[in-house]
Amino acid sequence: MLKKLKVLKSHGSQYIKNLQTQPVSDLFRGRPIISGNISEQEISRVASICPVDAIDKKSGSIDIGRCVFCKECAFMLPEKIRFTNDYRLAANVRETLIIRPGVEIPVRLDETKVRGEIRKLFSGALKLREVSAGGDNSCEMELAASGNVNFDFGRYGIEFVASPRHADGIVITGPITENMEEALKICYDAIPLPKIIILAGTDAISGGIFDGSPALRRKFIEEHNIDLFVPGNPIHPLTYINGVMDLLGIK
Amino acid sequence: MAEMKYYELIKNPGMVALTDIPILDYHDFREQTIAIMKKESCHCVNYFIRQNTDHVDFYIIIANDSSHKVFVYSHRQKAEIKSLESITQECFQLHVFEREIYENTGIVFENHPWLKPVRYPFDRYDKAFKLSDYPFYRIDSEEIHEVGVGPIHAGIIEPGHFRFQCYGEKVLHLEIQLGYQHRGIENLFIKKNSLLQRCVISESVAGDTTIGHGLAFAQLAETLAESEWNEKLECERIIALEMERMAVHIGDIAALCGDVAYQIGQVSCEALRTIVINTMQDWCGNRFGKGLIRPGGTNYTLGNKILSFIAERLEEVHRRFLEVADMIFDDSGILARFENTGTISAKQVYLSGGVGMVARTSGTCRDIRESHPFQAYKEVKYKPVILDQGDVYARALLRKIEFELSFSVINELITRIEHLSDNLSFKPDYEMNFKPDMLCISLVEGWRGEICHVAVTDHEGKIEIYKIKDPSLHNWHVLALAVREQEISDFPVCNKSFNLSYCGNDL
Ligand code: SF4
Repeated sequence: MLKKLKVLKSHGSQYIKNLQTQPVSDLFRGRPIISGNISEQEISRVASICPVDAIDKKSGSIDIGRCVFCKECAFMLPEKIRFTNDYRLAANVRETLIIRPGVEIPVRLDETKVRGEIRKLFSGALKLREVSAGGDNSCEMELAASGNVNFDFGRYGIEFVASPRHADGIVITGPITENMEEALKICYDAIPLPKIIILAGTDAISGGIFDGSPALRRKFIEEHNIDLFVPGNPIHPLTYINGVMDLLGIK
Repeated sequence: MAEMKYYELIKNPGMVALTDIPILDYHDFREQTIAIMKKESCHCVNYFIRQNTDHVDFYIIIANDSSHKVFVYSHRQKAEIKSLESITQECFQLHVFEREIYENTGIVFENHPWLKPVRYPFDRYDKAFKLSDYPFYRIDSEEIHEVGVGPIHAGIIEPGHFRFQCYGEKVLHLEIQLGYQHRGIENLFIKKNSLLQRCVISESVAGDTTIGHGLAFAQLAETLAESEWNEKLECERIIALEMERMAVHIGDIAALCGDVAYQIGQVSCEALRTIVINTMQDWCGNRFGKGLIRPGGTNYTLGNKILSFIAERLEEVHRRFLEVADMIFDDSGILARFENTGTISAKQVYLSGGVGMVARTSGTCRDIRESHPFQAYKEVKYKPVILDQGDVYARALLRKIEFELSFSVINELITRIEHLSDNLSFKPDYEMNFKPDMLCISLVEGWRGEICHVAVTDHEGKIEIYKIKDPSLHNWHVLALAVREQEISDFPVCNKSFNLSYCGNDL
């Protein structure tokens, strides 16, 4: 008993009070800002080192749905490319993830494109089934962390459940391997309508560093409407949490 | 038998010219391998093939824990080779390597007791062979029932299929079918040929072991390029590796507590793990350390400010974790669930080629940090702790002990960095050229155990073959043995006490 009291005393209060404004380390690699006067030559230099072709060779924009946040482009051109610690990166429109030079606006959801039934049905509680389809276990651990004692996403009734039949939607991590293609489909089919789909992490959104591997099958992604894209390598729990809160319209 | 023929590597990482690797005829190769592996200190870290136009080379790499050396030798077969007598029947720990070769090439290992698929790679020999056709071992009896779990599990974890043969609640046999996570990683190491791309891939072999696999690749690249790195970088890398170990070990103890509904243990450990990974983020911007380990240098060198910040944070975690551990390991409920559960013996570890914590908790001293020291471990006075109960309790307790060891190694290295005369830091070098016609082996003791990366270069110095062995490759089999004769309800805690990697196995 005494030992437990000691532990509780040291443990104190751990939960993050405001999940939307919680500060993170300055070094955290979040939303990039690209200078408007980046030259053609500079663009081609950074585009050629980018490991995942996330930098458009013509416009110099960065697709944070492809980017693995290695920050090498910013190390190469610190005057022109900067990664802020803004972790609010999730969007419901794929194009929003393309960050253009000289355009310094936060990444947010397009309210008009959120399916009406999602907010009507789930703003009080949302149960999700996670499927790892080639994920490297870092995004999976960050999703699990979103429900831990620090982030406590469960406070909004938003949790992961075991059975797809108890779930309102699916969160997919990993680049979708051929060997998981069928299991993913079976799981998705078992979820009742209106079936939310969330892609967590760069690998899920675009294949990331695995793009082009013959071991992947990304047909599922192409064939379905995606409700939320959560960029990151891996995703930060706060990126995921804020994305889902925005999707449900929780203020 | 005649005198042993092998090339002996003394350094880790080490490399050998392909022409210096002895080629034995298969009979001698087989005899020699069986003889070497009779020694309990020897274990195979890789056995793979290289296909040439007119012949196939089979390279074997064996680490000797007590002589601190690594042996390399080979045998050569005609390109159209169809079968070979298996070595596994005499030396079981080769089972997974022979299975891998069989799965990739169709070469049959005669009299192999368990010639089953390993991971269903996209380029397997027989594409007609489907995951759904896996030849599970079955017991034909009306009293036995089968329990199938997965590939998708209840929690937020990776996929894999577990098939139990049960008699009532008792597990008679468990077979684990993997491959769902196969992303074609070894192939991508060849296909994506910029060094930066390969760094990013290495960090994703198993994202929970970003530093371990990242380091295995970085030091392999540096060795193949014969490039130099300095003491400071070596120290920083080991600090990162040990922070990764601390974070995962605390997280594992949290998960073990969670499985037996010991909530105070779970949440207090979760909170402490958060501090460690957030400290990693304060160092390099990523909670898992992605982006930190690079060949030739790093973008996040440790300055005095961050160095003392790390020391301070870990000090607090250390103090609080000991308090928590004192409570957990004193709890009768915990002891009742952990003790004598999922027990494995030293013999089972030896036969299966078990590594890492799994070996060290069942009386086997196997730790690359001591046997084949790499980076700053060449100087650090490190002695692994060996337990011998082999049960869930031992595997939980070792995590606590290793946490303390990591903490003292980190402190030693922080002091060393503070007193370094050569305090220069280097930026990553992505322009390295590799030596042609080489075989390079890099070993790292990650938190799960021994990680092995091997590369073979061609005439132009391009990577022709890349092989990865995650510690999980052998340990999955040990897990299957651990649950025999156990209640099926104890499977989750057995599984957590191993915490093996699916993607590390499936690649
Ligand atoms: S940070 Fe993103 S855009 Fe920049 S080089 Fe890395 S992957 Fe490419």
